[in-house]
Amino acid sequence: MRDVAIVSFAQSNCAKETERNEVEILLPVVAEAVKASGLPRSEIGFTCSGSSDFLQGQPFAFVMALDAVGAWPPIKESHVEQDGAWALYEAWVKLQTGEVDSALVYSFGKSAAGDLAEVLALTLDPYCVAPLWPDADSIAALQARAFLEKTGKTERDLAEVAVRSRRDAKSNPHAVLKGDVTADELLAAPYVSSPLRAHDCPINCDGATAMVIVAGERAKKVVPRPVWIRGIDHRVDPPALGVRDLTRSPSTEIAAGKAGVGRDRIDFAEIYAPYTHQELILKEALGLTGGVTINPSGGALVAHTLMSCGLNRIGDAAARIMAGKGDRAVAHATQGPALQQNLVCVLEGE
Amino acid sequence: MGESIKSVVTPVHLEYDYSAGTATSRFLRGLAKKKIVGGECPSCQRVYVPPRGSCPRCAVPTAREVAVSDHGTVVTFSIVRVPSENLDFALPYACVSVLLDGAGLPFFHVVQRCPLEEVRMGMRVKARWVDDEKLGPTIASIECFVPSGEPDADYETYKEHG
Repeated sequence: MRDVAIVSFAQSNCAKETERNEVEILLPVVAEAVKASGLPRSEIGFTCSGSSDFLQGQPFAFVMALDAVGAWPPIKESHVEQDGAWALYEAWVKLQTGEVDSALVYSFGKSAAGDLAEVLALTLDPYCVAPLWPDADSIAALQARAFLEKTGKTERDLAEVAVRSRRDAKSNPHAVLKGDVTADELLAAPYVSSPLRAHDCPINCDGATAMVIVAGERAKKVVPRPVWIRGIDHRVDPPALGVRDLTRSPSTEIAAGKAGVGRDRIDFAEIYAPYTHQELILKEALGLTGGVTINPSGGALVAHTLMSCGLNRIGDAAARIMAGKGDRAVAHATQGPALQQNLVCVLEGE
Repeated sequence: MGESIKSVVTPVHLEYDYSAGTATSRFLRGLAKKKIVGGECPSCQRVYVPPRGSCPRCAVPTAREVAVSDHGTVVTFSIVRVPSENLDFALPYACVSVLLDGAGLPFFHVVQRCPLEEVRMGMRVKARWVDDEKLGPTIASIECFVPSGEPDADYETYKEHG
């Protein structure tokens, strides 16, 4: 395996973007990440993006996003219809082939263009589930109910996840929801889809993320403290909700094992859990015990930029390590209904 | 065994609020005032019409607004003889790529009010705007392009775009 490191990361503020188009949101973010990488744009060997044309309602919208990257003269480029974390995975594989030594990874999503509940329903089985148009909160609620029943955890335990996330978000300039609240205050709110209340659900917003990765010794030459990707793996659970044990995340468990989460101590974890109960399921699946700090950024509950949120977890973890606030971290990304697809990577500072 | 199910119908209808973006919005608002507004790249000086907010060659914002002429040169064309559901142009008509004076790349529209056999590369054309009360932030504010009567442009002036 070739050692590959994250050398730069940039993200836009999580916001409702009604004026700017995707290219206009991406441009400053890509420029910031490329500049911070210390590499001339022309020397970056590969570009890979993650986005969903369903969010924009335009076929091949991801091609137009290349206007933000500078694709002339022609570049080597690819795209995944997934969160940017999977674009990072593809770029990492590309670097493993030895064909290129560096890559730009970016992702973007505007949740506000369509009716998100309807758009996300189309990720479900198109014959027997999607025609009923279940919204994402309701699907998550099925999972939450099963989880609470099985584990004996309570709605208060879920509220505590939100309390901690908002408190930690106070130091995250990109977070939308932040501040000190109590579980009692949160539990006084009505249900969105029982047992979930608003604080259990993500704050959806629009944004973009960019990252540059570099292989081998060169990474040490471009930045003072590259963050090495020690392991990265992604797995999927079956799409049919009925055949899964929704209270566990077997795909995360396997990915965590393959990525080497248990091989050494972990200082903190950035977990992409759009719903409070999912953080508890994922913490278990990742094998993270008491002492590990979870989501120092506040996570997806305080800023859910669709298609970018997973790459942001990895980027936030890398930025924290670069800043010297930890040496070894787990970063996780999810996609699909009720944690169907999961990616896990282990990051370590130089 | 019951009768086999050969198909199911599951209608999908999604509505989107499309954001043209700040640069394209300026272009569209300009059309309502019979103005064609492009965006200039600060690095290579190309003027993009319509502007999308960035120069795809240089990957920098095309922040400076530049007005371009509503006169231009046909750099390539095709005569359309088949109907299209969303267009009510009388068949046949000429669709053209027009390089507006001052623009760095050509622009798609149609040429009408001229014999089709006269449409040619290098032909000079000008925008025919709709009546003032019909003007709006839409490309349809330009009804079509028509011959301007100017002498043909030299091939060298548009060969990059043909």
